[in-house]
Amino acid sequence: MRLFMDSARCSGCRACQVACSLNLFKESNPKKAALVVIPHFPAPGVYELKVCTQCGDCAAVCPTEAIKQNSRGAYYVDIDECNLCEACVVECPESVMFVRAELATTAWKCDLCGDCVSVCGMDALWIAEEPAMAA
Amino acid sequence: MNGYGGSILRVNLTTGKITKEPTPADVMRDYIGGRGFGAYFLYKEVPRHADPLGPENKIIISSGPLSGLMIPGAGKCDFTCKSPLTGGYASSSLGGLFTAELKYAGLDSIILEGASPKPVYLFIDDKKIELRDASALWGKGTITVEKELKEKFGEEFQVAVIGPGGENGVSFASINHDFGRQAGRGGVGTVMGSKKLKAIVVHGTQEIGVADLEGYRKAGMALFKACKEAAGLKDWQTYGTTIVTSWCDEVGALPTRNFSAGSFEGGKHIYGQTMREKIVITDKGCFGCPSPCGKYSRMSRYNTNVEGPEYETIGMLGSNVGVADIEDVAQANLLCDELGIDTISAGGVIGWAMECFEKGILTKEDTGGFELKFGNTQAVFTLIEKIARREGLGALLAQGVKKAAAKVGQGSEKFAIHVKGMEQSAYATHNATAMLLAYMTCDVGAHHNRSWAITYDLQVGRELVVPEKVARIIWLQNFRPMFDVLGACRLQWVELSIDRDLYVPALEAITGLHRTWEDLEKAGDRIWNLTRLFWIRENEGFGRDWDLPAPRFYEEPPTSGVTAGQITRFEDVQKLLDMYYGQRGWSPDGFPTPETLERLGLGSLAA
Repeated sequence: MRLFMDSARCSGCRACQVACSLNLFKESNPKKAALVVIPHFPAPGVYELKVCTQCGDCAAVCPTEAIKQNSRGAYYVDIDECNLCEACVVECPESVMFVRAELATTAWKCDLCGDCVSVCGMDALWIAEEPAMAA
Repeated sequence: MNGYGGSILRVNLTTGKITKEPTPADVMRDYIGGRGFGAYFLYKEVPRHADPLGPENKIIISSGPLSGLMIPGAGKCDFTCKSPLTGGYASSSLGGLFTAELKYAGLDSIILEGASPKPVYLFIDDKKIELRDASALWGKGTITVEKELKEKFGEEFQVAVIGPGGENGVSFASINHDFGRQAGRGGVGTVMGSKKLKAIVVHGTQEIGVADLEGYRKAGMALFKACKEAAGLKDWQTYGTTIVTSWCDEVGALPTRNFSAGSFEGGKHIYGQTMREKIVITDKGCFGCPSPCGKYSRMSRYNTNVEGPEYETIGMLGSNVGVADIEDVAQANLLCDELGIDTISAGGVIGWAMECFEKGILTKEDTGGFELKFGNTQAVFTLIEKIARREGLGALLAQGVKKAAAKVGQGSEKFAIHVKGMEQSAYATHNATAMLLAYMTCDVGAHHNRSWAITYDLQVGRELVVPEKVARIIWLQNFRPMFDVLGACRLQWVELSIDRDLYVPALEAITGLHRTWEDLEKAGDRIWNLTRLFWIRENEGFGRDWDLPAPRFYEEPPTSGVTAGQITRFEDVQKLLDMYYGQRGWSPDGFPTPETLERLGLGSLAA
């Protein structure tokens, strides 16, 4: 299972990011979310979403093995073992692995809680099985 | 206190002094936030008879206890000042992402006072707060400057900015944000310009404390769920406010050629359906909004983009000036946005000028050579530019329709469509008595959003003049603005019809205080009366006449469209006022009685 997105449906409201930070950090702060909304205004006038595909590259590169899988099969950061080295940030192909020392004492990423999907009014986000690879 | 940023930032533009003070507990209790804070600080701090464009006037910018949190549409920011357009109370609401950022910077309000000797902008990055030189930005358009500042500081910084309209003293200049959102009405941008403050840039990373985290999360989720399950969600997401355009045309509420009629023969070319098909490229929401009314459009004819047009702009810069092309309306919208002027007032003054021209009151000599006839799109574009620069005829129109008509005379006062000096927004009210009363008694002048009652008129009988209608208007005026007080959008309640009681546990979990809607409506009543006191205090001779609508609505029935021949009789206008004053607890002159002030806890403030 992983999170999917359709940027064309996104209206840039950031409800997903607030819900995300509330799940990860128990606070309402879109800057501490694990998905990204990039507005392109005034032109071309579209939003771009970036979400975690649970590819696991972050876990593979983590020197302290702080990135583990939860019961949903999603990779998450074990706060106690993260040393903020940023190896995962560099590795992440979607730019949705975060270390910001001024905001938090741990790296963070999407743990597939689904709260972003619950608050998105535009159906721009959803959780589904990874489609099978073409033969 | 939980739910609040905790501080008020006071910026004196004259001295450059910047201070922070704790948000007073009694103000949080009685006025709650947003528009309530604005009304309180305006009445208390701006000296009597202050020049709206002088250093004594203040702009109070306020978030509310829901702003920035996981609540649908919790992105409403209030801008309050003494209005240069009306000389009374101005309060204008801004959507987008600005108010959330204020809260993340730990701020409930910013109070701007004094006036800077040179152009500056206010820079806020959490605790780093300073005034910076803005000479290189002065004279530039709002979209240009926002882009420049975002590129300089980064996407996370939010920007509110004025354009040439605000710099040049146009009485209805706006404050713009997020490439298409405005605090548009009443000249809040004009006051910002008079203080030589070009922009406010804000970025914050602080936590907003809540009383009961799990309760807040649950109540917030319940609100989002209700919105997402609402029957009207898809249509509203598709069309936004433009959904009402065709309906208004059908029932004779679409302002046409300076409100001389309520139906437009070119209507279908500016309907929401036409707009969606022809120009909309992206849905654009304010903070936390599951039902974005913002529509971002591309005008291929002009090779430009704009957020909008919203219904009000379509009415005022479309049918009201006789323009029957959605791309042309959108382009006029863009010009107003970039120049930083209110589209509603712009459409109002241009519609009036066109009628003057067609009646021979204004001539080619006045216009500088062009035919100012209804439907002349190029004339609309030219006049918008001239208004923003205050050039030629634009200088007259930049004062607003009330002052322009007083100067021009020759009977043009009769078709100057305003209340208290504010141009009427886009509902023709020849025969819609609740909406007419809503405009007459609105706290800022002829604006629709305090009590939007046009559909209600049609439901109960548009010509009825009965106490129940008046009671409905008062209830709406006390209730609807509370969303501006809480710092959230009202449209989830208005358009998606979600149960308003879902907000009660959310507000309690966030602030730790239990408040019912009855409590909130009482606060709304208090704020409404306080702003009435401001009008009375600031204007010699204020009274009943100030609440009268434009004579067109009781003297001149439309000659075309579905409301042809229909009108509200003047004695019914007076009867509406009698009932309204009686039910509000005001004297026959429209003054709150001492008993009313006492009941609302306003006795000491008013004394």
